[in-house]
Amino acid sequence: MPSRIRQPKTAGTYVRRGLVITYLFLLVAWPVSLVVKHTFDGGLDNLQTALSDPDVVFALQLTVYVAVWAVVINTVFGVGVSLLLVRYNFPGRGILSALIDLPLSVSPIVVGLALLLTYGSTNGLLGPSLKDAGIQVAFAPLGIILATAFVSLPLVIRELVPVLHEIGTDQEQAARSLGAGPWQTFRRITLPSVKWALVYGVVLSLARSLGEFGAVKIMSGNIAGQTQTATLSVEEKYQDFQQGTAYATSFLLALIAVAALVVVSVLRPKESPDGD
Amino acid sequence: MGIEIRGINKFFGDFVALEDINLSIPSGQLTALLGPSGGGKSTLLRIIAGLESSDSGTVEIEGVDTTNVPAQKRNVGFVFQHYAAFKHMTVAKNIAFGLEIRKRPKQEVKDRVQELLKLVHLEQWSDRLPSQLSGGQRQRMALARALAIEPSVLLLDEPFGALDAKVRKELRDWLRRLHDEVHVTTVFVTHDQEEALEVSDSLVVINEGRIEQIGSPDDLYDRPASDFVLSFLGPVTRLGDHLIRPHDIEISRYEQAATATGKISRWTRVGFEIRLEVTPDDTLHPDPIQVVVTRAEATALGLHDGDQVWLRPQAGVEPVRG
Repeated sequence: MPSRIRQPKTAGTYVRRGLVITYLFLLVAWPVSLVVKHTFDGGLDNLQTALSDPDVVFALQLTVYVAVWAVVINTVFGVGVSLLLVRYNFPGRGILSALIDLPLSVSPIVVGLALLLTYGSTNGLLGPSLKDAGIQVAFAPLGIILATAFVSLPLVIRELVPVLHEIGTDQEQAARSLGAGPWQTFRRITLPSVKWALVYGVVLSLARSLGEFGAVKIMSGNIAGQTQTATLSVEEKYQDFQQGTAYATSFLLALIAVAALVVVSVLRPKESPDGD
Repeated sequence: MGIEIRGINKFFGDFVALEDINLSIPSGQLTALLGPSGGGKSTLLRIIAGLESSDSGTVEIEGVDTTNVPAQKRNVGFVFQHYAAFKHMTVAKNIAFGLEIRKRPKQEVKDRVQELLKLVHLEQWSDRLPSQLSGGQRQRMALARALAIEPSVLLLDEPFGALDAKVRKELRDWLRRLHDEVHVTTVFVTHDQEEALEVSDSLVVINEGRIEQIGSPDDLYDRPASDFVLSFLGPVTRLGDHLIRPHDIEISRYEQAATATGKISRWTRVGFEIRLEVTPDDTLHPDPIQVVVTRAEATALGLHDGDQVWLRPQAGVEPVRG
């Protein structure tokens, strides 16, 4: 089914296009391109300086480590919750569905504080007992992963839910009637049907996780070389009059996220004209 | 043997979907569950398949009590109205699915898929995706997929409901011939009485969660147990105190002993038949009487729109009920 309007192009068409392009240019393209421009102001100097600073290198590694774990957690959890939300009816379903959106609507700073209240090792609700068990959450990578996973939690779910609704249960029921158990049905029918939505959700999650700042700042303690992630490092370097390093780190962060999005849009098959 | 259904009840909240259903479906036959939408026939079929659970009662398939057996262990072939094709798999992969789940040897799967592709006339299409097939082809693929597992019963839920009239008719004939070849106990749900009468060995009419009548197509058409069955199996009209089929009315332009008399008030020609509405002069009949004659009969009788006519049941036709 065509989703585009086909009509003759008039002057209005070009005015509308121009408006959209100008808007996107002023808001997105230009500012981001300035970061790139400043990164390469002195050739590769900024990048070299940044990458020779052990704190920056550590921050980048920590960010990737944290983001990967947060994405893994959100993928497993997200698939489970999506199936629960779409395929089952249970009391409290509406509330759960609303709660899932909370991380998107609440400021990450609030998330950080809330997590600290729960997992803080001295005053937190669970923190002290976890610490006694030898598990350090706050001001440690685990806490950063937790904060990041919290903030990017809805992204996989929000991609999956509409697709699960759309594919319905017919194929799953057919698989069952043909002898497939629940796990086989999930692996051979459900998962391949939602594959691209899942990949897209994972990439969005990854991008969001790489860029998380507020919640991580509170939860990590922001100690360079120990719990400082790339975004925190950018802020510190920028305030420390090491703008070059800050730009270079920003550039690398953006590069990973953009690369992920590009890879997905290249891999993703074109929408087939006959979906059913 | 076949399918034994005893004391099935099913509720959706306050809604009674099925009420005390007892039904015995013999082996090797093609049985139609016929009834209006929302009457419970699909629910019954899904309970047989294990895709839905009943609130009480038992289901036995080929002598085995399957009431508490999950769908995947019932060895039942199920065909859905909207095909339920596995969209990300080729036609051959779709058909092979049940066999691969059963971990049959590769060569056996390959041979069986070839055999089935031939049976449903899709040999040329084995490497296509379902989205590249027409509706009729998809449904044939779904049928092959269900037959691949050599099911003890084959269940079809409004299998031709989503297809256009011509393809429906073709597939219907084809299903009948296929069944004569394969002989698997088959139950199919339909709300199309013509489809049910034409294809099935026996019919089960279900309405409002209850079985209205069970019998052969002839039984049901000629000896309907209720007004509902009578009117559901074909058009009926009221002549005098009785319900009668419009083609069982004798019509004449000349005065004769008649149950009703009146003017032809409407004249609709559909192909070879002419559907007439006669508005009776008496007040016994609040509604116009429907009469169907062939075009040849109309010419022979010299009928025209607006004629005064006399109506009575044709000789030998027993008006069914009052």
